[in-house]
Amino acid sequence: MFSNRMFNILVPIISVFLGLVAGAIIMLGFGYNPIRGYIALIDGAFGNAYFTGETIRRVTPYILTGLAVAFAFRAGLFNIGAEGQVIVGWLAAVWVGSSMEAPMIIHLPLAILAAAVAGGLWGFVPGILKAKLGVHEVIITIMMNYIALFLTNHLIRNVLTETKDTTDRVLESASLASNWIMEITSFSRLHWGLLIALAAAVIMWFLLEKTTTGYELRSVGYNRHASEYAGMKVGKNIVLAMVISGGFAGLAGAMEGLGTFGYMPTHSSFTNIGFDGIAVALLGGNAAFGTVIAAFLFGVLKEGSLNMPTEAGVPSELVEIVIALIIFFVASSYIIRWALLSLKKEGK
Amino acid sequence: MKMNVMMEDITGKMLGESSNEERIPDFHLAIFFVRSFKMSKKGVGFLENYVVEMLNIRKEFPGIVANNNINLQVKQGEIHALLGENGAGKSTLMNVLFGLYQPEKGEIKVKGKKVHITDPNVANELGIGMVHQHFMLVDTFSVTQNIILGSEPRKYGMIDIKRAEKEVMELSERYGLKVDPKAKIRDISVGMQQRVEILKTLYRGADVLILDEPTAVLTPQEIKELIAIMKSLIKEGISIILITHKLKEIMEVCDRCTVIRKGEGIGTVNVAESSPNELASLMVGREISFTTEKTPATPKDNILTIENLRVKDSRGVEMVKGLGLEVKAGEIVGIAGVDGNGQSELIEAITGLSKVESGKILLNDKDITNMSPRKITESGLSHIPQDRHKFGLVLDFPIGENMVLQTYYQKTFSKNGVLSFNRIYDHAKKLIKEYDVRTPSEYTKARALSGGNQQKAIIAREVDRSPDLIIAAQPTRGLDVGAIEFIHQKLIEERDKGRAVLLISFELDEIMNVSDRIAVMFDGNIVANVKPEEINEQELGLLMAGSKKVGGA
Ligand SMILES: Nc1ncnc2c1ncn2[C@@H]1O[C@H](COP(=O)(O)OP(=O)(O)OP(=O)(O)O)[C@@H](O)[C@H]1O
Ligand SMILES: [Mg+2]
Repeated sequence: MFSNRMFNILVPIISVFLGLVAGAIIMLGFGYNPIRGYIALIDGAFGNAYFTGETIRRVTPYILTGLAVAFAFRAGLFNIGAEGQVIVGWLAAVWVGSSMEAPMIIHLPLAILAAAVAGGLWGFVPGILKAKLGVHEVIITIMMNYIALFLTNHLIRNVLTETKDTTDRVLESASLASNWIMEITSFSRLHWGLLIALAAAVIMWFLLEKTTTGYELRSVGYNRHASEYAGMKVGKNIVLAMVISGGFAGLAGAMEGLGTFGYMPTHSSFTNIGFDGIAVALLGGNAAFGTVIAAFLFGVLKEGSLNMPTEAGVPSELVEIVIALIIFFVASSYIIRWALLSLKKEGK
Repeated sequence: MKMNVMMEDITGKMLGESSNEERIPDFHLAIFFVRSFKMSKKGVGFLENYVVEMLNIRKEFPGIVANNNINLQVKQGEIHALLGENGAGKSTLMNVLFGLYQPEKGEIKVKGKKVHITDPNVANELGIGMVHQHFMLVDTFSVTQNIILGSEPRKYGMIDIKRAEKEVMELSERYGLKVDPKAKIRDISVGMQQRVEILKTLYRGADVLILDEPTAVLTPQEIKELIAIMKSLIKEGISIILITHKLKEIMEVCDRCTVIRKGEGIGTVNVAESSPNELASLMVGREISFTTEKTPATPKDNILTIENLRVKDSRGVEMVKGLGLEVKAGEIVGIAGVDGNGQSELIEAITGLSKVESGKILLNDKDITNMSPRKITESGLSHIPQDRHKFGLVLDFPIGENMVLQTYYQKTFSKNGVLSFNRIYDHAKKLIKEYDVRTPSEYTKARALSGGNQQKAIIAREVDRSPDLIIAAQPTRGLDVGAIEFIHQKLIEERDKGRAVLLISFELDEIMNVSDRIAVMFDGNIVANVKPEEINEQELGLLMAGSKKVGGA
């Protein structure tokens, strides 16, 4: 009745559905009307051109951090450091974007590249420590997150500016923003970055599924011993996976720095774009296109939720609960698989 | 010839002489008839008293019918063999009985009552226990803790470990298992771990025991001990279903044998009224020759030269202690030795998987000491690893992609870093056909193949590269007799093409039949070089045990 492929598609859909149902029950329990709540959520995400633009803007970095976590995961690594990689990528992009002058065709790619390189460097450190010394990447990436947060704050206050809390704006020639997009979306902050994120998804898919490099990365992810036996350099692949993963996350920073904001403020706490990437990757099954779809879902929920307090009186914290529930159901997809399988049996 | 150590020991004792190759089969047969006849007489009282009946079982997997129309009836107190080629569906059938798979069709009766075994807990309650080929033990727990896991005896709400240890001790003594209840799993041998698995089922009150290829992972000595244990189990009224590819084991301990061929039930025979030849031809559907045909070797130049090699294991203990060895083009050198005398470390050193402390390894006169596995592979080495799940396969890759594990980056299979899947899968298709790897398709995950077919896939990949040197570590472990014959033939063919073959095996008859020269390994050194035709298994056994007297060579 169901093939394996069907299963892999069905399980997340059912998870999301169950999450929404659970959210509705909780809304009911607290005395809110779930139908009004969900209508407000949809309105908040797609109700008008501005909302639609903002939703897509929010999706863009989610795609990239989702890809970052998924990519590392496919090579058997858990990159919790996407958060820090976003932050350093953001700063690098803004730095290049605001401190030099060049024609757009050079300046913009250079600023984007700087973000990827910075993120990649932030991934390289835990990668090399794992490859050479066997230190667990989770510990190092968590520490690297804090280093990124405080180091960028320091650089913004003391190097890029004189005791100011935001950097200068990036120049026109390094900006992803576009007047045309702003006009058709009633002046939302949507920018060209979505194209970069989608291209990154295609690159990840191609790299992992079609190239010899991807073959090695996947092989190392599944079975280190067999990979070593087959002559692959396990350490090299670990480092490479972390660098590429960090590069994707760094690009997410560029989306914020060159697109949404056009500058970088100091942060008193994490942006959460990187942490949310973990959930996005999980929801997307660690596959490139699954991640894109999951990022859209995430962006819609997050953006739409902003409208729920005003339009339906539902506190936006509740949406956080709904998202958490969806992740819960995906993480326990085993239960859903099992239920589907018993259904299949009974259908016979 | 394919008769084995065990049988030869028995006949040896009975005849009061060491083996004479030509005569043995007839003697064996005569003895089997007598022995088994006695056994079946004992069984008469229980006739038609089936503890387990599986009727018309059918089980499908995507693209393949693993079991069709299979009947299996196990009598109270017998050892019932389940025989079939690799991929015939034996493990699948047992997983159905143990509740891990649900059959599409058919009926299961336990002690006369129709049952639905929906999961292993139901099987446990019905008194069915299973020992899988890959053990499921917690490494850092003690023997007792592993055994009681999930059904702990309690006192005042706490685990009563004293009582548990006593119970384990009692069980162990009753069946002659000799396990130490307090030992940690990671400190005991594979054979002991298997006994812990058996105890686990007995502790839960199992009276029907399923053993899936228990002897494949054991040394000859451990096999002898396991057989003794099985015999004491049936004396206590326990019934055993035994999966094995070793016909001599079936002949020695089993009462009846059910044969499966390509998923179809062929029937059940009384072992006493059968012979290894009959069983083999029932299973394969054609005659099987038990002798390995081969012409004398014509060794040429040295392919592998090892001088004064020293290797430490992962704990830093020196396991290879100044070893020297040569393998020439056109010869098969068999390494005989009891497990744990440095064989694994020797292989890992040659293949570049572990570091050489000192000494030299030359392949084709090129120094490959401490080179990377990739460089060594490219210098002309193939390696059939001992542990196929750990090293041999990426289980989550399709079997087709596993076929190019060492060659994916070469021009044939990729261009500018992009894999050419058409070529990869064409290549896989060719190997699957040539080596008779039974799989629904080349896109099937390696994990879904039967154990023996996984092994055949590895051998296909390694032999097909046609390297200068093949290192074959336990290449036929878990293979059926037909496949063993085929693999031996392949190794000899490669030899005749002028390749060098280094064979490591714990099966003495494999060493004796296939090797042109035997190097005996003991305590990290080669202690003797002998010709198989100049030595018998007893003498070889003595050498392997470290005896200095070199008999016959
Ligand atoms: N989980 C699974 N999914 C798909 N196919 C499977 C699965 N398990 C087994 N098969 C297929 O079913 C067939 C029978 O496999 P099974 O493991 O029962 O063989 P076997 O008789 O135990 O062989 P062996 O002696 O090699 O262990 C094989 O063709 C195998 O590929
Ligand atoms: Mg099997």
